[in-house]
Amino acid sequence: MLETQHHHHTHTAAGEAKIHVKDLNFWYGDFNALTGVTVDILKGAITAFIGPSGCGKSTFLRCMNRMNDLIPGTRVEGLMTLDGEDIYGQGVDPVDVRRRVGMIFQQPNPFPQSIYDNVAYGPRLQGVKRKNELDAIVEDSLKRANLWKEVKDILGKSGLALSGGQQQRLCIARVLAVQPEVLLMDEPCSAIDPTSVQKIEDLMAEIKDEVTIVIVTHNMQQAARVSDFTAFFLQEVAGEPAVLVEYGRTSEVFTSPCDRRTEDYITGRFG
Amino acid sequence: MSDTQQSANKMRLVSRSTLAKETALATLFFLCAFVAVLGVALIFLFVGWRAWPVFSEVGIGNFALGRVWDASNEVYGILPLIVGSVIVTLGALALGTPLAVGTAVFLSEIASPRVRSVVRPAVELLAGIPSVVYGFFGIVVLRPIVAEFSGGTGFGAFTAWVILGIMIVPTIAALSEDALRSVPDGIREASYAMGATTWQTIYKVLLPAAKIGIIDATILGMGRAIGETMAVLMVVGNAPVFPEGIFSPMPTLTAQIALNMGYASGTHRVALFGMAAILFMFSMALVAAVRWVSRLGGE
Amino acid sequence: MGRRAANNLALAVLWIAAGTTVVILFSIIGYVVINGIQSLSWGFITTWPQGVNAEGGIAPIIVNTLYVTGLAMLFTTPIAVLAAVYLTEYAVQGKMVDTIRFAADSLASVPSIVMGLFGFALFVEALGWGFSMLAGAAALTFLMLPIVMRATEEAIRSVPRYIRWGSYGMGATKWQTVSRAVLPAAAPRIITGIILAMGRAAGETAVVLYTVTQAIDLAKTPMQSGRVMPVHLYLLAMEGINLPAAYGTALVLMILILGLNMIARWISKRYRKV
Repeated sequence: MLETQHHHHTHTAAGEAKIHVKDLNFWYGDFNALTGVTVDILKGAITAFIGPSGCGKSTFLRCMNRMNDLIPGTRVEGLMTLDGEDIYGQGVDPVDVRRRVGMIFQQPNPFPQSIYDNVAYGPRLQGVKRKNELDAIVEDSLKRANLWKEVKDILGKSGLALSGGQQQRLCIARVLAVQPEVLLMDEPCSAIDPTSVQKIEDLMAEIKDEVTIVIVTHNMQQAARVSDFTAFFLQEVAGEPAVLVEYGRTSEVFTSPCDRRTEDYITGRFG
Repeated sequence: MSDTQQSANKMRLVSRSTLAKETALATLFFLCAFVAVLGVALIFLFVGWRAWPVFSEVGIGNFALGRVWDASNEVYGILPLIVGSVIVTLGALALGTPLAVGTAVFLSEIASPRVRSVVRPAVELLAGIPSVVYGFFGIVVLRPIVAEFSGGTGFGAFTAWVILGIMIVPTIAALSEDALRSVPDGIREASYAMGATTWQTIYKVLLPAAKIGIIDATILGMGRAIGETMAVLMVVGNAPVFPEGIFSPMPTLTAQIALNMGYASGTHRVALFGMAAILFMFSMALVAAVRWVSRLGGE
Repeated sequence: MGRRAANNLALAVLWIAAGTTVVILFSIIGYVVINGIQSLSWGFITTWPQGVNAEGGIAPIIVNTLYVTGLAMLFTTPIAVLAAVYLTEYAVQGKMVDTIRFAADSLASVPSIVMGLFGFALFVEALGWGFSMLAGAAALTFLMLPIVMRATEEAIRSVPRYIRWGSYGMGATKWQTVSRAVLPAAAPRIITGIILAMGRAAGETAVVLYTVTQAIDLAKTPMQSGRVMPVHLYLLAMEGINLPAAYGTALVLMILILGLNMIARWISKRYRKV
């Protein structure tokens, strides 16, 4: 049983905790994939999860919007709250959680429908019907996703007709249209072109006041560029659960990491 | 954020009526799926119920093995009909299976994309031609030809074999082709790499590998042949006595039912339902056989 | 025989097999077209049959065919699509699912004459609907059900998982995801399946013979009925007196069915990239 040692840098709070996690354990059936994770995701900031492949960062991310519930045989122990309310509490509907905590996936996945219908999907789910309301939401969301200028004249075209980077921004617009409080991004830039990556990083900075962002990335330069806080995950021994090794302000984690393992990873000695 | 969205966003700490709604929907969908089971049960029920008298009065042994069918004298032995159906089916399979499997092998292993784009749609279109049109073609085109060289009327098993054989080609070919295509390419490459010719690869490696699928396809083709009514009816002659030769009129279960149903009454009609019941059982047995064969192959 | 010679012979045989299939197709279609085109005229499609030998046209017969096929499609589509939704999205794999699949396969293999007698026993007599479009459509529904169910199942299965994730990731419920993301994405293939099933139903004779009348009437309500094209063709062919009308009917029927097949194929090609 690995001793979970994780180091939290002392820091002046940038805001209160949007998501508070205490002693989270995650199980895929009999396999304990994550253990003893304790961290606060702060409101109005961008938090990056870094670490080598397969070390549980995406799994932990998916705990935050209960997407893991869709996989049979998974189990969560410990505490995870959103604004103080237990996400995994008795009687909590995961659908409600996912409306407040949106997700962007590694592979852009627009629906095979028009750009407009893609973005209007969420609001329609929520019961918005009037055209002028929908039009306003669609335009607003596409602007926040840094895509409006490129598609404003082709809203009727299929979402699949866009380039990879545009599709990912479309997915971001789609999620933003439901006005989530938190946005989880699972390696969103790994499959798209550098210009779009830049645009996505720009929009992240613009919306972070309203939408708390958590981004999983295996690109450390990106983590260093965009995030305010960084959490480093590691599965040291195959077959053992992964742990949260270190968490703190990005500048501190990258320049003066507390843990030897963090330093090794950041300087490229493994991973 | 619009007002609608704001109220939708509050997280409810009590599980919603969503759960109740989802359960209700799931039940509705289950009922739709159950319609299939209901259908089979109803067919069983209604055909069986209408057929029951002949089984209880005449007895299934006498019925199925009775050698004389003489409706006007109330004698209902359907053995000649069963024999006729079997002969027609076997002949159709003998003609249709090689043609179908050959076409399937061609499509899967030999055809270039351009050739494939002609042949594959042709097979699919053949599948779409209704049986009455096949029968029509049989009557006006094939029968005179067969009459020419056989010296008879041209109605008989031989004509039925040809028409029915053609009709089952699309069924067998489509499924066989799927079976061949799902054999992994690695196996082909291994064979070619050892210096085997295309034909050697096909009959030593691919056909055995796709055996299960091809057998399934053939069984389904057989089901189609036995159950075919219109095309057979139009070309096979339909004399309800033991067949004398392949160029003379031959009885079959399906055609007999179709011909008599228009005017049959009383016990006669019951006998027809009895034949239908037997056909139904047989078709279900074939479905079970296909499942069993597939399971043998370790699906 | 040397290896190469055997190979060449075998290849030649296979070419002949495929070629024979194609030639047969073209022969049948060609024969019907060549002989039927002479009967095909505007009058043929718009006038009624006259007299004992059905001189004239086949107008009401065409309408009846479309009527009963359309009605059957209306019955089949919701049941089959929702049944497939159940099997792919909601069902727990187990005995019940196996039973349903076995039942669907059985329905698909039922000889059409048995289906016709069943339709007669249940819809015409037991339920008292008499010979009617309704009885015919109901019997055809059982025929079309397994076809559309299988097509819809495959269509839904081919919708990529990440489309569902995208929907769930926005807080959609299961039914919202299925109805607003999955089914729309699967729609082209589902429609293809429905169209192919309609083609099958339009050409069905044995089922219709025992549920719909042979009288040459125009069915205006579902409880009425009138002769349909396959039956008309059958009767004309057996009588052998009015062959031109038979060819004409065969041609119109083939145009309808092959037309449906072509539309189905066009739809599936156009949406394959999705």
